[in-house]
Amino acid sequence: MNDTIITNPKIIIKDLSFYYGSYHALKSINLSIPEKKVTAFIGPSGCGKSTLLRTFNRMYELYPKQRAQGEIILDGENILDSKQDLNKLRSLVGMVFQKPTPFPMSIYDNITFGVKLYESLSKRDMADRVEWALRKAALWDEVKDKLKQNGTSLSGGQQQRLCIARAIAVKPEVVLLDEPASALDPISTAHIEELIHELKKDYTIVIVTHNMQQAARVSDYTAYMYLGELIEFGDTDKIFTTPKKTATEDYITGKFG
Amino acid sequence: MISLYTRRRLVNGLNLTLSLFTMVFGLFWLGWILWTLLAHGLHGLVPSLFTQMTPPPGSSGGLLNAIAGSFAMTMVATLIGTPVGILAGTYLAEFGQRGWLAPTTRFINDILLSAPSIVIGLFIYEIYVISMGHFSGWAGSFALALIVIPVVVRTTENMLRLVPNSLREAAAALGSPQWKVVMLVTLRASTTGILTGILLAVARISGETAPLLFTALNNQFWSNNMNQPMANLPVVIFQFAMSPYEDWQNLAWAGALLITIGVLGLNILARVLFRQKAQSH
Amino acid sequence: MSRIFPDARLKRQHLLDLVFRNTTWLFAFIVFVILAAIVASLVIGSMPAIKAFGFGFLFSSEWNPVTKQFGALVPIVGTLATSIIALLIGIPASFGIALFITELSPRWLKRPLGIAVELLAGIPSIIYGMWGLFVFAPRFAEIEPWLTEHLGNVALIGPLFQGPPMGIGMLTAGLILAIMVIPFIASVMRDVFEIVPPLLKESAYGLGATTWEVVWNIVLPYTKIGVVGGIMLGLGRALGETMAVTFVIGNAHELSGSLLMPGNSISSALANEFTEAVGGLYTSALIELGLILFLITFIVLSLSKLLLKQLGKREGQQT
Repeated sequence: MNDTIITNPKIIIKDLSFYYGSYHALKSINLSIPEKKVTAFIGPSGCGKSTLLRTFNRMYELYPKQRAQGEIILDGENILDSKQDLNKLRSLVGMVFQKPTPFPMSIYDNITFGVKLYESLSKRDMADRVEWALRKAALWDEVKDKLKQNGTSLSGGQQQRLCIARAIAVKPEVVLLDEPASALDPISTAHIEELIHELKKDYTIVIVTHNMQQAARVSDYTAYMYLGELIEFGDTDKIFTTPKKTATEDYITGKFG
Repeated sequence: MISLYTRRRLVNGLNLTLSLFTMVFGLFWLGWILWTLLAHGLHGLVPSLFTQMTPPPGSSGGLLNAIAGSFAMTMVATLIGTPVGILAGTYLAEFGQRGWLAPTTRFINDILLSAPSIVIGLFIYEIYVISMGHFSGWAGSFALALIVIPVVVRTTENMLRLVPNSLREAAAALGSPQWKVVMLVTLRASTTGILTGILLAVARISGETAPLLFTALNNQFWSNNMNQPMANLPVVIFQFAMSPYEDWQNLAWAGALLITIGVLGLNILARVLFRQKAQSH
Repeated sequence: MSRIFPDARLKRQHLLDLVFRNTTWLFAFIVFVILAAIVASLVIGSMPAIKAFGFGFLFSSEWNPVTKQFGALVPIVGTLATSIIALLIGIPASFGIALFITELSPRWLKRPLGIAVELLAGIPSIIYGMWGLFVFAPRFAEIEPWLTEHLGNVALIGPLFQGPPMGIGMLTAGLILAIMVIPFIASVMRDVFEIVPPLLKESAYGLGATTWEVVWNIVLPYTKIGVVGGIMLGLGRALGETMAVTFVIGNAHELSGSLLMPGNSISSALANEFTEAVGGLYTSALIELGLILFLITFIVLSLSKLLLKQLGKREGQQT
């Protein structure tokens, strides 16, 4: 099913299963995520694409009764290992959520929150880092004069870019995007998509989306999932033009889903 | 013989009129009680009320020592009860998905929230007053603190639960340890709500009389020793109101007006505060 | 993984997490301990009385500090009777108020009305007591002869309304408790009425139902568990209320067939006698009264909580 050869994998998933209580949500997934590319997960709702994404930073551990089995190897280390330090893992694997999640503090403090956790920067270096992150997220020009304002005072699209800036400010290796534009208007969505293009120069990006045009626009590789299984994975161009499986084709052409 | 339709409309009209009547009925009591307080208490609100001590029977005086005592005990009770309530409420909301303690405590807290306050007084009498050998301001404060705790636990838990999980996930996704997620993000997002709860708790204990009867008792004189029986507004009002002396009864009315203004003022303040928060979101 | 993490920092974070978690656990546990301690201290305190009187304590109307004979019947009856009166008046009044606020009131009036009702709950109970004794009771004494005249000879309930018009007594206490429980019951009713899905009500209106029919046939059955829960909450309040009752109930340790006669309730007996009680058995009997009160309210409040929780569950399933 997976004959696309990934020469420089950042994340290797081996025989991954996931359970919500007794419900088997992911069924032995095998997949490699290439470094410094954009990989998109698509599929109908409930197919497990978000669940899969949330295993990469073990976000599911916040909830009782959710557990994962198998191996996820990030830079040679199995992150599902119980000895893995969760806080460390999460500072290496950043995440941006469906809805903007600005913290109830100033724009400036939103960015420094994560940085302060693991780095002791001088005041000046910290200010530089904030500017750097906000520039990366294409938000600097809009907020440079109101860094003291509460993050919640920004518009929805700005809030989401703030969250992206916050995620990259800690300089992670991987950035996970869980339907990052689904709550935004078309103009803000376009901003975010441009941003993703920019970011893949430096980061490995995995994006979950229910919007196939978006997947086609932003991603280099695409994985199609259905009912907890990985149906097909490959070059985005190939998946969208010449899918190997009829199930994939049906979904992409809108016959189903 | 009236038609079914007419009868249905009559029944509807009658019952809705009754509903209006009950609304008026409720407001009527509120109006009557507030009017009574103003009529009996307003002329007692003079400067000497705040500058003089409670008088011996048959002479005039003020309520200074009672006001100060109430203030002190309410403060101490809030200072004790608030941190306990916030921490326990935090456990229920943030760590309460696993284990037996959270559901049990949640249930017990709701019982304590409505438990008869006089029983709280009995309890403090049994475990503190008896072993100390005398009534005291501390005992009164402890009894009031036990009333503050369940109110603060409940509001803290409710407010933390209103914080969307995505905010917790977002903080965790940056690699933040849980204590920082809670202290810097979720508790911070609920500050206004929790503050509202504390104000309501303060409002509630400033009018409480029953738990003070056998804990702080009363004191005719100024006392800033929390180890001694302590004057406080509610108990003074109770004793003076039940007395045959007109001076005392007048002071009781003035005190009653004072306490009601304070309590209702705190209630309204809490609501305004909470409303502002609700609007800003 | 390329970045270097200071191990000491990671370790400290984990330690702080553990400390934080266990601290909050400890305080939640303290809340649990408080209840256990209350029950334990009341049981220990009432041991002498329990040993001396056994179960007979519950059924004896004797209350004599001189001969050291104590029974709880009079205050128990007083507590129950005043609470029942409070509910008989409070339930329909609260229902009417909740109905008015949710269905009839113009939008701009809803908030002020809601606040007014909640202010009624905010007034300290001692204020109710003073107002009851000095203002309400004298007026009520003028109405009592009318009650005696019109209800005093009715079969079954007649004896309840006979007696001298003193203004104070169990009926007065019950009436004032009714005013005090209205805000509690009404606000629960209002809250549960508001969770009825608008679609359900609209489909009934669509069939041509009147407002009353919608409320009586759709809203009330849909929310009945919550409504009962709210009533239980009000009952819990009424049972334990101290100051308002102490002022107006008359504080007489006599069993009387009439509601117009003075009586006593558990909480008012405690408020009046506890500090004066000298001698172990007297104090112990009063503490046992407190224990009985606590157990009764515990049961009522637990029921209320269970009912409201069930409503919550059903709500959860439907959405």
